[in-house]
Amino acid sequence: MSKVVAPGSELKSAGKLNIGLLLIALAILLVVLKPYLPEFLIRLPALLVVPFADAINFLFFFIKDDLGFIHVTRAIAGGVESLLDVTANLLYGKRRWPRIGPIPWTTIALTAGCIGYALGGWRLALLGVGTFCWAALMGQWKWTMETMSVIVVAVPVAVLIGLLLGVAAWRSTRFEKVISPLLNVAQSLPHFAYMIPVVVFIGVGPKSGAIVTIIFAVPPMVRMTLLGLRKVPPEVVESGQMCGSTKWQLLRNVRIPTARTEILVGVNQVIMQSLAMVVLASFIGMPGLGQKLLQLLQSLKIGRSIEIGITIVLLAIMLDRFSKAWAHRQPTHHERGTSWITRHKLFLIWVLLVAATLLLSTVFPLAAEIGRRQAFTLSKEFDAIVDWGLTFIDPVTLSIRAFLITQVLVPMRDAYLWLPFSAVITLFAGIGWYIGGRKSALICVAYVALIALSGWWDRAMITAYMVSAAVVLSALIGLPLGTWASRKASRAERVLLVCDTMQTFPSFIYLIPVIMLFGVNDVAAIAAVIVFGCVPMTRYTIEGLRGVPENLIEASDMSGANRWQKLRTVSFPMAVPTIMVGLNQTVMFSLFMVIIAAFIGTQDLGQEMQRALSSTDVGKGLVLGLCVAFMGLMVDHLITRWGSERQKLLGLSQ
Amino acid sequence: MSESSPLISCKGLWKLFGDNPEAYLESKKASGIPDFESLQADGYIPAVRDVSLDIAEGEMLVIMGLSGSGKSTLVRCLSRLIESTAGSIDVAGQDLRALDEKGLIELRRNKMGMVFQNFALLPNRTVLDNVIYPLEMRGQDKHTRRERALEVIKLVGLSGREDYFPRELSGGQQQRVGIARSLAIEPDIWFLDEPFSALDPLIRREMQDEFLRLQDMLGKTIVFITHDFDEALRLADRIAIMKDGVVEQVDTPDKIVLQPQTPYVARFTEDIERSRVVHASFLKEEISGAVPEGEALPASSTIHSLSRRLVDDVREVYPLVDDAGEICGQMRRAAALDVMLGSSSTPDSTT
Repeated sequence: MSKVVAPGSELKSAGKLNIGLLLIALAILLVVLKPYLPEFLIRLPALLVVPFADAINFLFFFIKDDLGFIHVTRAIAGGVESLLDVTANLLYGKRRWPRIGPIPWTTIALTAGCIGYALGGWRLALLGVGTFCWAALMGQWKWTMETMSVIVVAVPVAVLIGLLLGVAAWRSTRFEKVISPLLNVAQSLPHFAYMIPVVVFIGVGPKSGAIVTIIFAVPPMVRMTLLGLRKVPPEVVESGQMCGSTKWQLLRNVRIPTARTEILVGVNQVIMQSLAMVVLASFIGMPGLGQKLLQLLQSLKIGRSIEIGITIVLLAIMLDRFSKAWAHRQPTHHERGTSWITRHKLFLIWVLLVAATLLLSTVFPLAAEIGRRQAFTLSKEFDAIVDWGLTFIDPVTLSIRAFLITQVLVPMRDAYLWLPFSAVITLFAGIGWYIGGRKSALICVAYVALIALSGWWDRAMITAYMVSAAVVLSALIGLPLGTWASRKASRAERVLLVCDTMQTFPSFIYLIPVIMLFGVNDVAAIAAVIVFGCVPMTRYTIEGLRGVPENLIEASDMSGANRWQKLRTVSFPMAVPTIMVGLNQTVMFSLFMVIIAAFIGTQDLGQEMQRALSSTDVGKGLVLGLCVAFMGLMVDHLITRWGSERQKLLGLSQ
Repeated sequence: MSESSPLISCKGLWKLFGDNPEAYLESKKASGIPDFESLQADGYIPAVRDVSLDIAEGEMLVIMGLSGSGKSTLVRCLSRLIESTAGSIDVAGQDLRALDEKGLIELRRNKMGMVFQNFALLPNRTVLDNVIYPLEMRGQDKHTRRERALEVIKLVGLSGREDYFPRELSGGQQQRVGIARSLAIEPDIWFLDEPFSALDPLIRREMQDEFLRLQDMLGKTIVFITHDFDEALRLADRIAIMKDGVVEQVDTPDKIVLQPQTPYVARFTEDIERSRVVHASFLKEEISGAVPEGEALPASSTIHSLSRRLVDDVREVYPLVDDAGEICGQMRRAAALDVMLGSSSTPDSTT
């Protein structure tokens, strides 16, 4: 295939490569010559470190106290709190208006069952009932309801805000240009970075938990709303116009209903983000499952943490499946002349079930609430199984741990810390130039330089070392796994389902098994990151390889390629852009997870962030958060840029 | 047709896509009308170039052209779904381009209906609610809009499917809903943008018949877009053939086939079986002197439908009768045979 190339562009791209390679060579030279380098090229002199944190603190306190913004946030928090009081009363009987709660657990479980049945038949009904029965029987009802009471408030609020912002961004390109980079940064800031300002403005407790959850969950909603509104076929809009709709009617009756699926996928993402955040919000005093899990993990009570972990996982799967089923539900009609009773059969059954359970719980208190003493517990059994298993696994994990720490991780960390910062900047400038020309090079230099200027260079390098170790290991596991899974359609489907399910778990959950296996140290943190990071890698490898056009596979079959040749020459080159999307996500997930894993003892940015959280140092927290975000954004920029060029080259997109 | 003033009339209509096309076109107009290549070279996409059309009340104008010829853009200019760059459009005595938003919405709520290629139904509404939608926009009360919607649904033959959702219907059925929706407000002007292109050939044929039946009954003023020449010949009162944004020829199907005015139109009509298109009335001559003897032929028939008679009946001249049965003229057998077999003066018939 011949490609028409303007005469100048070939020269230009050659120049792009050359300058890029030159810069990379220069970086290597700087590393080699390190012993002879002047001190200011190895570490940025302390004089040059910009006190961003002080500036941010100054700004925050100026806004908070001098501008009186604290009253605004207090008012908002008050509003959220009154909503929280209502759900708290209904779900676990906090003594607040409307004073009718708590609703018996049987009622809630059967309600979830009915909702599940309406959305997706028996399987979802069973999932709904099962989840709440487990929580109730294991004596975790109150914590589960504390968590749910926040989700029930945070999700609608976040959806509403996201929808409004999304519509605004869709209507005004200028607003979109403002909000789009903000969303980028917001989605790459680690969870903790959100918490500190909220603590400053609102304090600790359930209402801050709810507010931080809302803030954290809004960005995906904005994006999905925008995407959905953009995807409405122009013909459908035109048909609405030709029916004489005004702009508002068009939005309400035509655009939003037609974008239903995307908007509901946004709702699904909001729910999952909320759950992840609610669990983590235990760090700022949010009661519920997260707090319990945090306490149990800190005291290394593995069996009971597994119990709570199962509840969180069940809750995550249930919320995910329910909201996905809702998003993909297609309307169906009843046959003509169907009676009102058959049309509303499920609703009537639900009303009957609610009445029955309410009645039942007045007679049998156990149907209303299962106290801690009546509850079952499997923690002893879990502990026994874990201990029994560990006696077999321990020699293996111990040797893995020892090998990784002494042979891989420590040398790697030392190497990262040994690197002169000037070499790192030059290296990324080179990579940027090689991939995307001068603009990318400047973007990379800006990100790295800002990290250096913030004064957290060493911490950032430790984070970078953990992330890169984890990403490499994730790729080493995920790529072969994905390749293996993609060989058969049914197998691919099953593995994708597992990946999907694992992605719905709040990241915190991943700490339970790794602490169980490796204890509390760097290896455990990295193992958690790997487990978390493998998922997107595997998933996108499968999707990339399965997405290779059938006719290409047939063509290479007919050329007599064997399986390995086919993989090497056709499938992988075609799948690489998709796999790179997976790599990108793996990096993002790893950054998030490394920061969360800080609480099991690492010495990176995450640890400092936890310190900033406990001393409510907004400036420091935000600077650290932005350092993490910059690393993520730089990798994202490079991979996206590379991927789109590659796709253009393969003719996969315009 | 020509006596009453046209219902839709556009003059010197332009649509350019690009950067500030109004000013650009204004600056170019001084030095004559710019051609396709020079427009493209200046970075503009010329979709409609200097189109003037008159569409009479009750007429069916079919706009025909290959994809990218600007036919869809033209119909969107005529319905003001997109703003034109220059020229004037007059619809039912109103200057369409000068209407404010309120006036435009009013016009669409009362006078215009449109059918779309990919049906463009609202996926969350039932058949009934889709058809009700334009009436709802108009603010009609619930009872009458339901009555009216049921009536049009019956008209397009979908009774019994009122509660179905669009995705539960076949393509042909979905387009029936689209047609019903566009007819619900009893529009005077009916735009159809390639309404049958997305359908299977057999269904397409069935829908064309259905469409002709509706048109017989309703007598709307119609602008019909298609890329299918056979469809155009089948349905049209007049055909406008477009290429690169320019209307190459506007004429009755008979004239398009027998007297193409540009090489492009001639190429299009090459493979058409003329006898199926040309009507006896087109070959009609004034009777000079006595009325020819023998049985008269209906003037409204196509030559193809008369072909057996033309072969068997060897009279030199036939009298023609109109639909009312009155003698209206005569037709020479030689002229009819020329249409059937190709003109004897063209080179290929001499070999």
